[in-house]
Amino acid sequence: MSNILVFAETRGASLRKIALKAVTAGRALADASGGGEVHAMVAGPSGVAAAAQQLGEYGADVVVVVEDAALVNFNREVVAATLAARAKAGSYRAVVIGFSAQGRDVGPRVAVKLDAPIVTDVTEIGAVTADSLTVTHPGYANKVIATLEAKGPLVVVSIRPSAITAQPAARTAKVETMAPAADPAASRIVVKEVTEGGKGTIDLGDAPVIVSGGRGLKAPENFKLVEDLAAAFGNAAVGATRAVTDDGWRPHSDQIGQTGRQVSPQLYIAVGISGAIQHLAGMRTSKTIVAINKDKDAPIFKVADYGIVGDALEIVPVLTKAVQEAKAGH
Amino acid sequence: MKIAVCIKRTPDSESRFKIGASSTSIDEAGLKFDIDDFASYAVEVALQINEKQGPGETIIYAVGPDSVQETLRKAMSMGADRGVQLKTDSVPHDGLAVAKALAAELKTGGYDLVLFGKHAFDTSSGIVGTAVAELLDFACVTAATKLDIANGRGTARRELEGAAETVEFALPAVVTIDEGIARPRYPSLKGIMAAKKKPLETKPAQLGEVRVTVKSMQLPPERAAGRIIGEGAAAVPELIRLLQTEAKVL
Repeated sequence: MSNILVFAETRGASLRKIALKAVTAGRALADASGGGEVHAMVAGPSGVAAAAQQLGEYGADVVVVVEDAALVNFNREVVAATLAARAKAGSYRAVVIGFSAQGRDVGPRVAVKLDAPIVTDVTEIGAVTADSLTVTHPGYANKVIATLEAKGPLVVVSIRPSAITAQPAARTAKVETMAPAADPAASRIVVKEVTEGGKGTIDLGDAPVIVSGGRGLKAPENFKLVEDLAAAFGNAAVGATRAVTDDGWRPHSDQIGQTGRQVSPQLYIAVGISGAIQHLAGMRTSKTIVAINKDKDAPIFKVADYGIVGDALEIVPVLTKAVQEAKAGH
Repeated sequence: MKIAVCIKRTPDSESRFKIGASSTSIDEAGLKFDIDDFASYAVEVALQINEKQGPGETIIYAVGPDSVQETLRKAMSMGADRGVQLKTDSVPHDGLAVAKALAAELKTGGYDLVLFGKHAFDTSSGIVGTAVAELLDFACVTAATKLDIANGRGTARRELEGAAETVEFALPAVVTIDEGIARPRYPSLKGIMAAKKKPLETKPAQLGEVRVTVKSMQLPPERAAGRIIGEGAAAVPELIRLLQTEAKVL
């Protein structure tokens, strides 16, 4: 029986959704390795301790709070040092983090500090024994699925956010505090500015519904139709193709595809997207795919569960209204 | 500035892949290999920094069998000064083992900047760059979409989920490069000729212990064939019905 250490990501003093997903993955790992405890570490400025309750509700037995006024922005060097120090102090089987912007920075640093093997962008956790941990990891832009085995008593596992659903597992977490294991003032890298996307927007990795637009929308201002459709669902994020982000119609961070975000929502609606192979690589694992495109031979229709042939500018407003009515009817 | 760029040789991302006979790797027959896309952005960034800042040196590193020499020459034909092959029979799927080989080589190089792609297309793991930074005790920025170097310090922008951050960092540093930062130049004929005469050194790779291995590989399940349910706005009610009753997502 061994414990699992989880990095609970925050932005400012607020938990990110990936934190709860990482705790869920940690819980599954702890159960698979004989029912150990899940310890979640949260680091941030004053107020971050309030996250402990929610982490408990998702399965953390212990929440390690690292509170320091200097941690108002994510500090990768301090987080990595503190996670590694905690991991060394306990008997942990794995350190679980998210494969996110923060996780990319933290994971390999922690692995080196612990000299532990690391597997990243994990979509499924398989068998766990005392010195072997098996995971699923898609490579080649999701075109090949690899089963990897990491050998060793302690492994760093970085999970793909869209592959895990956070599951409540009511516990009351015991709260411990810990001082940062490195001096924030000595960091060689300093965050100067964080520019937030639109307020209240749902991240592509978290959204159960994604409405994406491509060149078929003809002009950047027509993205309003895509935004309206997303708003009608209420729980939808807006994505885009590379053609559209390269042209500056949408920010680079909205790009779904081989070199952008890889998503697998419950529902993916492709509006005016032809379905280039690079775009399909980013969304083909979505549960249900809807495509609206004027070219009936467009490759997107080969993967779409439901395709409508026609002009997106004419169809989307009608669809938006119908979704609003369907939502109101529930 | 003295800049190292660590590149990888990967298959053309638009290929149709098949699983090899061992079922632990892809079948490489008929695939076209070249410098990884993200690594090619890193080479371009290094060349631009040295062009802008005056005298400098850009050295390209690749871990792998002799086939990587062709990839190193490609980067040299873009303008890099020389190449180093860290020779192994194959590149393990263990980012930490690869990082140890690179760090052992880079630590005495006196580099101001070590660049990588954000991740390589094949393993898609994003481990090696950050691990090298930790092994060398360098600052590290991952997935940079903008990079400026001035007066011994760097400024980079990176995309977060639904946000972006601007970071400042001290040199020496490792930076991993995302797309959108620079379009890699095509090698000129002159560049290709010059690259043939540039030094390319081969040394054995001092890989760390390989603890992550591929047990099996498979292709993802095919989606059921697509279905067109109608034309124009008239098909919307049927779509709503299917989303509610069949897909149960509305």
